[in-house]
Parts: sequence; structure tokens; C-alpha cells
Amino acid sequence: MNSGTAAVKPAQAGNGWEPNILAFCCNWCSYAGADLAGVSRFQYPPTVKILRVMCSSRVEPAFILKALKEGADGVLIAGCHIGDCHYIDGNKNAEIRINNTKKALVKLGLDKRLRLEWISASEGLRFSEIIKDFTEEIKKLGENPVKHKIEPQIPSRASEGRRHVCPDGIRGFPLPKGNRDADERRFNASANKSAVNVQGSE
Amino acid sequence: MFKEVSEMSDNKGTENKGTVEKDIEEKRVGVFVCECGVNIGGVVNTKAVADYIGTLHGVKVTSVNKFTCSDSGQADIQQKIKEHNLNRVVVAACSPKTHEPTFRACIEQMGLNQYFLEFVNIRDHCSWIHMWEKEKATEKAKDLVRMGVERSKLLEPLQASEVPVTDKALVIGAGVAGMQSALDLADMGFQVYLVEKEPSIGGRMARFDKVFPTNDCSICILGPKMVEVARNKNIKIMSYSEVKAVDGYVGNFNVKIEHKPRYLDVTKCTGCAKCSEVCPVEVPYDFNEGLGTRKAIFVPFPQAVPLRALIDKENCINCKACAKACASGAINYDMQTSYTDLNVGVIIGAVGFKTYDPEPRHDYGYGLYDNIITAMEFERLLNAAGPTGGHVVRPSDCKEPIRVGFVNCVGSRDKNTNIYCSGVCCMYTIKNAQLLKEKRPETDHTVMYIDIRTPFRAYEESYNRSRNLGVKFLRGRPVEVKEDPVTKNIKVRVEDTLAGEMRNLEFDLLVLATGIVPNEGIGQIQQLLKLSKAADGLLMEAHPKLKPVDTTIDGVYLAGCASGPKDIPYAVSQGSACAGRATILLKNKKAITEGITAVVEPDVCVGCQVCVPMCPFQAIKFDEKENKANVVKALCKGCGTCVAACPTGALEQSHFKNNQLLAQIKNVFKFQEVAA
Ligand SMILES: Cc1cc2nc3c(=O)[nH]c(=O)nc-3n(C[C@H](O)[C@H](O)[C@H](O)COP(=O)(O)OP(=O)(O)OC[C@H]3O[C@@H](n4cnc5c(N)ncnc54)[C@H](O)[C@@H]3O)c2cc1C
Ligand code: SF4
Ligand code: SF4
Ligand code: FES
Repeated sequence: MNSGTAAVKPAQAGNGWEPNILAFCCNWCSYAGADLAGVSRFQYPPTVKILRVMCSSRVEPAFILKALKEGADGVLIAGCHIGDCHYIDGNKNAEIRINNTKKALVKLGLDKRLRLEWISASEGLRFSEIIKDFTEEIKKLGENPVKHKIEPQIPSRASEGRRHVCPDGIRGFPLPKGNRDADERRFNASANKSAVNVQGSE
Repeated sequence: MFKEVSEMSDNKGTENKGTVEKDIEEKRVGVFVCECGVNIGGVVNTKAVADYIGTLHGVKVTSVNKFTCSDSGQADIQQKIKEHNLNRVVVAACSPKTHEPTFRACIEQMGLNQYFLEFVNIRDHCSWIHMWEKEKATEKAKDLVRMGVERSKLLEPLQASEVPVTDKALVIGAGVAGMQSALDLADMGFQVYLVEKEPSIGGRMARFDKVFPTNDCSICILGPKMVEVARNKNIKIMSYSEVKAVDGYVGNFNVKIEHKPRYLDVTKCTGCAKCSEVCPVEVPYDFNEGLGTRKAIFVPFPQAVPLRALIDKENCINCKACAKACASGAINYDMQTSYTDLNVGVIIGAVGFKTYDPEPRHDYGYGLYDNIITAMEFERLLNAAGPTGGHVVRPSDCKEPIRVGFVNCVGSRDKNTNIYCSGVCCMYTIKNAQLLKEKRPETDHTVMYIDIRTPFRAYEESYNRSRNLGVKFLRGRPVEVKEDPVTKNIKVRVEDTLAGEMRNLEFDLLVLATGIVPNEGIGQIQQLLKLSKAADGLLMEAHPKLKPVDTTIDGVYLAGCASGPKDIPYAVSQGSACAGRATILLKNKKAITEGITAVVEPDVCVGCQVCVPMCPFQAIKFDEKENKANVVKALCKGCGTCVAACPTGALEQSHFKNNQLLAQIKNVFKFQEVAA
């Protein structure tokens, strides 16, 4: 990536600088919503690139940091509306994670560059509106100041021979108390779940 | 850049001992850019994209096709796989949601693992939404394809697994659509459970007097079908029941059914309705849209299937008069809710619809003035078995009206309520006006409409017939509706948009053609089965044209108005279509499921158990002895929730592995470097 840093165009208003946004879309709702925006020809600026994941809950904080480091001016995570997640409540986990990441990003002054939105498969118009809105917001913020400067902690891989564990953190991020509580609740709830109950823990 | 990516793949190579040989094998990527006619080619410079991509490391060949999914397009892919000995294929075209299976099959035929396909969407996510920014769209397409190329190099082979299919079916909703599905499946020899929330099967159609376009008597054609359903050995009707929980996956759904108590033993009840005669409680009759009354113990309607009474506990005063009157001793006041657990291979959702309720908004004065009713109420008044024995009367004085007005598109085609067209209202208004005119030729009918839509066989003829009978059609929406305080007549001010003048009309009765809207069942099965809703709030099919009765969930199908407004013939066709689609699975007794699951690398797992409670499907079992987490493949649906939670990186989601996603992320923003 060394060559990249120097070559990035400087952020100056009026020189036609366009933000770069990476959108993680869950396969079942938001990706389909983006498809529908296309089918309906709802135009939005070419500032966003979509990366498909099966569920919004697959998005790790490290991915977001990685994207910001690599040059994203904004990162959007889009999933199904609460209650509609294809995997019951993956999006609730995503919400906890993304909010925690957002908190962590406050220190770096990057929190406004991260957004979490619920977009259903029928909300093509909403998808395009959100992209337009986010693009405008990022334009006001200007270029991501830490491009190529942060080093996210990617979990060690077996091959790297390190067994790095941080029981208190998800991939290098402090795990706030709220999250642990939520996990505990989940755990208790799931222990009580009957085999056929897919309503999940309410 | 490329060095880093290839390093990552090498890492992975040493990690998975079993696939070392494959991994150190050189990655030979072929990229196929589709023009999709002019859909992509008209905006994105596909040649420029292909040329740029051709310069990327590992890309051995690029090709631009007018329609990559066509026979010749697929042949091109297969030929290039052979010529260039490709081991990864990137298709840059439309949406993987519709076309991934096509290309997976295409490369599989050439002996490549189907998961070696990477699909890049440069149509829905690029050309179609950047139609006026051709250059930027081309640059974006380059980025998207580059992301795909880098990811493709890291793809690993996976095996889609085969699961056995239980050869039983569940049909939810016993309207005309659900009944048709059940009958067809049963006739093919499969066991069907038909779950209906109401005490009788039949759905909406059982309430109509006659049905358009040919005006056959509704219950005369539906009744025999209902009896056929009841008689069929392979169908088990579960009326007055609802689905409470669904678990499992295609071929193996575990379903919990709740049976609401009828407070009488259905095996003893003969449906004689002697009990109703003695019951002292009278409440508005829901089957008649609240017109007329029924007792607290009642048989739903004379042709009900099953023909059994039930007690409406909310209104029962516990006088026990019915217990004394019942000759067969069927009454049981202490009956409890009971449950049945079913195991089925496929599920058909046919929960129907409800009509738009004009009461809360007082559309056109409904709810404020007595003599404004809905079409559903009109249907019941017309019906010989209805509250008035087939005499259409107006609510204020029970007199038979002479001047009847009909307002179309109530709750439809209106941005304040629903923007979509409910499809059947023009036709049922035409039918209703016709029926009353035939019954009482002295009546005078005016239909106020926006457009009259009569697209199917014999519809236009029915419209002509109404006009020939003297029904007047006035193009315009009422702008003002008032009640005459003395006569209770309804005064309507309406712009006749064809004549270009305002008209003041007076009616004895005004009928609102209320549209089709989602009912509670839609929300319920949407959540239970994890389906999507369309913009109209009704359930969404897998593909609006090519998979109209499938859903995105394997083994789940939709029929009837649950997936959009429909008339009866259309609903019945969909019922049969669902049965046909479901039979593919039921007969083959096996289904192919995606190979995407979570996988634990035991060497890395430290047994922290963070992942265990994360899984919504309880697919992670903890092995206390080994102190390791284990993913039960059959239960894992591959969401990746646990993967993102695992602090050590021991968990990976196949096909969405960290290195694969990171390769994409890394490659999103490269064009700046290139451009600058
Ligand atoms: C006023 C009016 C007049 C019409 N006239 C005509 C006509 O003349 N000719 C014509 O072709 N079409 C007509 N239609 C359209 C017709 O009603 C529909 O096409 C047809 O009823 C659709 O059948 P269905 O099986 O999809 O839905 P429905 O008939 O609504 O059946 C759905 C069934 O599912 C049940 N259900 C709902 N939720 C659940 C749940 N959670 N669990 C279990 N069961 C559930 C319901 O109780 C119901 O029995 C008319 C519609 C209206 C509103
Ligand atoms: S979270 Fe990861 S390390 Fe912890 S038990 Fe699960 S797989 Fe093992
Ligand atoms: S990927 Fe999802 S379904 Fe599979 S084990 Fe992990 S959390 Fe459970
Ligand atoms: S599948 Fe869409 S958020 Fe989980």
C-alpha cells in the first residue's frame, strides 16, 4: 500500500473531490434493497461500493477500521429491520457491535463516518436516499484524515503462530459492560429456549 | 498490494493442510464482463473495464459478452476455462440474487468447484443507478470488479450439502389458494397439514354472493371444494389453529401449532346448532362484517367445514344453557389451548389479505354517516345467506335503496393510504352493481372511478354488460360527501373529468370499494418464516417474474393474495403452482443446501465460549472435555454472528472468510492511486 498514500488526491472543497463510501449490505434485505434501487433506476452518486455479507452481524469492528485505514471516507452497515433479520436477531448483535465501534471511533474523531441503517428488500428508494444523505454528510466532513494511518488489530491467524486472546475485547476493542450484559441475557434466554421456538429471546 | 494479497492466501495455504496442494497452485482468473444488452453496456464502458482488469495480477483472460447468461455467453466461459486452464471465474453482470446459480452450474460443468465463482454486480449497483455519469460508473465498475478479482483468488472449494426432505407439507391459510395447494399435494399422495386460523376453512370467497366475471354462485362452487378437502384422507385440517413457531430448514421444518379451544368436543358435536337456539347472548356477526347478530355459541356459517360449533368465550356468560341443550353432550367449558408439533418438508403460505378499513380516516364519511358501507358489507347484504336474506337495505332505515353510488379505489391508488392498485375492486364493483340491477331493475347505479381496469378473460365483457344494463360510469373521485340530516341520503360532489364539469349527486346508499391490504397473518408468517415484505406490505416472492411463488427461503412458497392483490383464478393457479414447486422437493426426498457455515479451527480456539450464546440457532456446542467450541453443521445457517464475535479468530465463515472480505475491503479504493 506504500505507493498509495502519496497518490491520494488531497481533500479540498470544490476540486471535485468525491467521498468514498464502503457499504456492507446483508444478503437478505439491504443487498436486495440496493438491487431494487437499481431495478427502479433510483439514481444516487457513484460514491458507494457495496460489499455483500450474509448478515449485518458478520461485520467486525476490524473490517470497519480496515476500511477507514484503506481510504474509506465513510462506512455504512446496512441490515434488515429489527425483527426481520434472516437469522432472527443477528442485526441486534450488529447494533451492539457497531455502536461500540462508534464509541471507540469518537477518540479518533471518526464516529460520524460510520453509519448503521436498516433497509428492507422493498426499500429501494430509501437505499438511494440514505446514500445521497450520507454522501452529503461525508462531503461536509471532508476527506478521512487518518487514511492509511491506523493499524487495526486483525485477529491472529493460526499460521501466524500467535495465540492472542483478549477475553475482554472483541478483536482489540474494549468490550463495554453493556455488551457483556446483553450476552449474558442472551445466554440465559437461549438456555430457556424450547427447541422449536424461533421467536428468539424477547 | 498484490504481494500482500497473495501473501494472505499463502498464509491460508499452510493453515489448511488438506488443501495445501490446491492453494499453492497458481490462481488463474478469468473475468467475464456482461453488457446485459444496453443495460450495462449503455452506461459502463465494458471494454475499458475488461482492459483494466486484464492488467491485474493473476487475471489470465477477460471477455466482454452482450449477454453472459445466454447460451453463447456461458459457452464462452466454458471454452475459456478450458483454453486458459482457469481455476477462478469472475462474472461482472447483474445480481447474484438472481443469476449466481446459473453461473455456478456453468463452471461446475467444467469440473470447477461451484464456489470458485465470484459474482460482481455492475448493473443494479452501478449502471442502472449512475445512468447519467458514464465515466464515473465505468471507474466504479473497475473498482467493483477488482474487488471481486482479489476476493476470487482466495475462494476455497466448498461442498453444498444434501439434506433429506420429510415428505409432508404444511399449508398455512385455508382460503381458496391454500385449499388448492392442499388438494393438489394430497392428490399426489403427500400428507398435508392445512392450518386455518378461523373456525372454518374457505377464506374470503366463502362470504361472497357471486363471483366475477361470470357471476357464478360463490359458495356453490367453493362448497364442494371445501368438502373435498375435508374428505381427502391425506389432508389434516387444523381449523381454529395458528402456527406459533417454526424451526429448522428446507426439508426439515419443525412447526408448533396452537389449537384454540372451541369449548366443545368436535368428535361429538354434529353441527346441529341446537345450542345456538338456547344461547341468550347476541353479538355482532363477524362473518357478516358485523351486520346482524350471532350467539355466543355458534356454527360459523351453514356451509362451514368442519361443520362444528364453538363458544366465543369472550362473550359467554357461563349460563350453561347450551350444555343442557346439546343432545350429544359435546360441551366442555374447561377446554384448554392445546399444541401439536409437526415435522414437515415444505411450507406454503396462503394467509390471504384483509380489506382496507376506511373507519379510522373516515374516508368519504364512512363511520360518520349511516348509509355509507363497504363493498364487503354489500357482498353480505346481497348474499341470500346473509343477514337480510339477500335484500340490499340501507342501514339508517332498513329500506331498499333506489339510487346507489359506488366509489372505486378506496384505500388504493392514493398516496395518503396505499399507492398500489388492488386489482379486483373495479371488477367486483362492476359485479355488485350488475347483481343488484338484475335483482331490482328499478335501481339506479353510478360508479365513480379513476380508471376502469379489466385486463383478463371475460372482464371487459362483464364491464360492457354492466353498461348495457344501465349502470352509469362516471370518471372522477368524489371531492365532497355529505349526509342530508333529514333523509339520511348521501350527497356527493364529484368532478366528471370526462365532461369537465362538477356534478352534485344524491344517493340512498354509497358503497366504498375498499382495497386489499396485509392482514395480521402476513406479519406473523413473515416473522416466523423470515420472509421479506414488498413495498405494499404484502409478502415478497423470490423473483417477480421467474419465481413468482418461491421465496428466498428454500422450501417455503407463497400463494394467493398474501403475495399481492389477486383475483380468484390467479389465486387458485398460484395454489397449484406452489404444490407443483413443492413436489420437486417432496418427490426427490432431498434438497441441496448452501455450503456456507461457520467452522472452528480447533488449534486456535481457546474455549472462551464467547461464541456459544451468540448463535441464534444454538448451533455451537461446547465440548467440555476438549475445551473447544464445535459448530453443528446441520443447524448452522451461516450468518457469521459468532464469527464476528470470536476474539481469537478461531471461527471462520466459509465463503465469507476474513481474508476474503479483507481482500475486498483493501481493494475498494485503489482507483484513486491509479487515477492520480
Ligand atoms: C369485496 C371483494 C369482492 C371480491 N370478489 C371477487 C370475485 O367476484 N371474483 C374473484 O375472482 N375475486 C374476487 N375478490 C378477490 C378474492 O377475494 C381473492 O382473490 C381470494 O379470496 C384470494 O384467496 P386467498 O386464498 O389468497 O385469500 P383468503 O380468501 O383471504 O384466504 C386466506 C385464509 O388464510 C387464513 N389466515 C390468515 N392468517 C392466518 C394465519 N396466521 N394462520 C392461519 N390461517 C390464516 C384466513 O383466515 C383465510 O381463511 C374479491 C375481493 C373483495 C375484497
Ligand atoms: S469464541 Fe472463538 S475461541 Fe471462544 S470458544 Fe468460540 S470459537 Fe473458541
Ligand atoms: S454462523 Fe450463525 S448460525 Fe452458524 S454457528 Fe455461527 S452464529 Fe450460529
Ligand atoms: S440478515 Fe439482514 S441483518 Fe441479518
